Amino acid sequence: MASVGDRRRIERGAFPALLAALRSEGYRILGPTVRDAAIVYDEITAESDLPIGWTDRQGAGTYRLERRDDEALFGYTVGPFSWKRHLFPSRERLWTARRTGDGFEVDPEPPDDRPVAILGARACEIAAMGITDRVFAGAHRDPGYQARRSRLFVLAVQCGQAGGTCFCTSMGTGPGVTGGYDLSLTEILGPGGHRFLAVVGSEAGGRVLDRVPTVPAGDADGAAAEAIVARTAASMGRSMDTTGIRELLPGRPEHPRWEIVARRCLACTNCTMVCPTCFCSTTEEVPSLDAEKAERWRRWDSCFNSQFSQLHGGSVRQSTASRYRQWLTHKLSTWHEQFGTSGCVGCGRCITWCPVGIDLTEEVAAIRVPAPPATAPRGNR
Amino acid sequence: MASSAPAATAAAPHPYAPTPYRVLSRVSETADTVTITLAPARGAALGAHRPGQFNMVYAFGVGEVAVSISDDAVAPAPLVHTVRAVGQVTSALARAVPGQVLGVRGPYGRPWPIAGAHGKDVLVVGGGLGLAPLRPLLKELLAHRDRFGRIEIIYGARTPKDLLYYPQIQSWRQRSDWRVQVTVDAAGREWYGDVGLVTARLPDVRLEPARTVAFLCGPEIMMRNTARDLVDRGIPESAIWLSLERNMKCAIAQCGHCQFGPVFVCREGPVFAYTEIRRLLAVREV
Repeated sequence: MASVGDRRRIERGAFPALLAALRSEGYRILGPTVRDAAIVYDEITAESDLPIGWTDRQGAGTYRLERRDDEALFGYTVGPFSWKRHLFPSRERLWTARRTGDGFEVDPEPPDDRPVAILGARACEIAAMGITDRVFAGAHRDPGYQARRSRLFVLAVQCGQAGGTCFCTSMGTGPGVTGGYDLSLTEILGPGGHRFLAVVGSEAGGRVLDRVPTVPAGDADGAAAEAIVARTAASMGRSMDTTGIRELLPGRPEHPRWEIVARRCLACTNCTMVCPTCFCSTTEEVPSLDAEKAERWRRWDSCFNSQFSQLHGGSVRQSTASRYRQWLTHKLSTWHEQFGTSGCVGCGRCITWCPVGIDLTEEVAAIRVPAPPATAPRGNR
Repeated sequence: MASSAPAATAAAPHPYAPTPYRVLSRVSETADTVTITLAPARGAALGAHRPGQFNMVYAFGVGEVAVSISDDAVAPAPLVHTVRAVGQVTSALARAVPGQVLGVRGPYGRPWPIAGAHGKDVLVVGGGLGLAPLRPLLKELLAHRDRFGRIEIIYGARTPKDLLYYPQIQSWRQRSDWRVQVTVDAAGREWYGDVGLVTARLPDVRLEPARTVAFLCGPEIMMRNTARDLVDRGIPESAIWLSLERNMKCAIAQCGHCQFGPVFVCREGPVFAYTEIRRLLAVREV
């Protein structure tokens, strides 16, 4: 049996056997597929669902699919979806209350215990799941998240290229996959043929790999995989200087840059929706028409919404500048105090999917430049 | 990874599920504010709470809102909540009638650090609805009166009609073992008391700054100005405690709404030492 740390080669022709092996082990497979001119994550039933021969070209506010000149299965970086959508769904019923003769009874939503395999998790995405684990596994565990997470099979695929908005090397989360996976793949194209280097990360990963025709990986496969990761690391589209960032952002709450970025920011919430770690949510009460039942739903919310900080006297964060400041300061600084880690993994989604192309790496660099003293507005005191 | 996260414990109660509580009584405090008392509709009560903590209170079919616990901390049952009808949920709670079943989950948050005031003079400053989370603190001060030095209380509201717990305040004012000052921002000729902000009453307060602990709850601007004046009088910033209010949806540090800089008000607060939040209180729109 393949054991943790084993390295095997899977020929391209044997890839369907990997999907079959996952299904035989009882997993529903979620993976990349082309839909609405983007590579998104959805149920994968056959190899043909994968974005074979497609890649993505990304920049600030732009995302375009393009044909590759090869038939790579994982020849893209990341799309607008992240695995957050599976672990922490955008809408989720928490419980249902039923009216009884004696008030009401509350039935918590039974946890979804179907095992799921996610196919093509990137290093930054595995890091992001490690971050959301800390959010939902505190003193009050989130039952839905925990149920899905504990039954998740992570099939990682190392990035063969960096996107135009990628900066995982700055955040120390990639592009090499270093842990948190059951099975990791590196897709190798070119000399030696289209093949995958597989590394076993868990017993569950070993069981899956045992069902796939493989040969022991040669030194050439290992070297090719290392070269791919090194090439990806060297071609990041963005970078961010994180030196002293925990003190930098909270230390400059009145920096004029917050107002400048707010002139462009539409407060549309796109950045928080595509972010693989943004976890803010709100709750909705959904009563039945006959008032016999009431459902409690949780749905994604965003610190860019004006109602987000609503109190009886109005919103605490009225201005877009204060909301952008909250988001960026939380993501890069105060997240450390709350969860012992940055909230950013450098995936670049917030840059790509911002309709006006606001680039947080650029904003951080601008805030790094001290404000001229004359323009610093006064605080409350 | 399949094996990395521990499996959810089936027996653990759902962190979002409320426990049914029956309304025992309802008292109108002001035109828009009521005090309701609650007891478990069936089965066990929620865990014991401390003065300054809050619950999430649920109205069937309407929703849930964070409300401070304003009951007698010395005798924990029944549960008492004072609610001002502002939005949909608080209006539904304010309309609740005896016999009706609401939902409660909690208690949540950091309580007033009362033990830290043992052997010290105590100053309590409340504004408007801010008296609600201070009332269990006041009751505990009285219950253990000998543990504290001089006790000064200042309570302010917009008008005499906005004063909470008015009969109780009247009886509190009769006591000789503490001093209660009540002031309103504006009043007609029927009001014989003080008119002005709570900060205008501070110079009257007799206290030894180095051995005073202050507990404040009210509108943020009131707490900010009071804290500033107290610091000017020499009370250490670490001896001034404030209870903050922020939008809350979950009360368990997962929904993100109540963030105030690095802290979740629901978990690290709502009670904070002035030292912990002074810098952020001075910044607008945090």
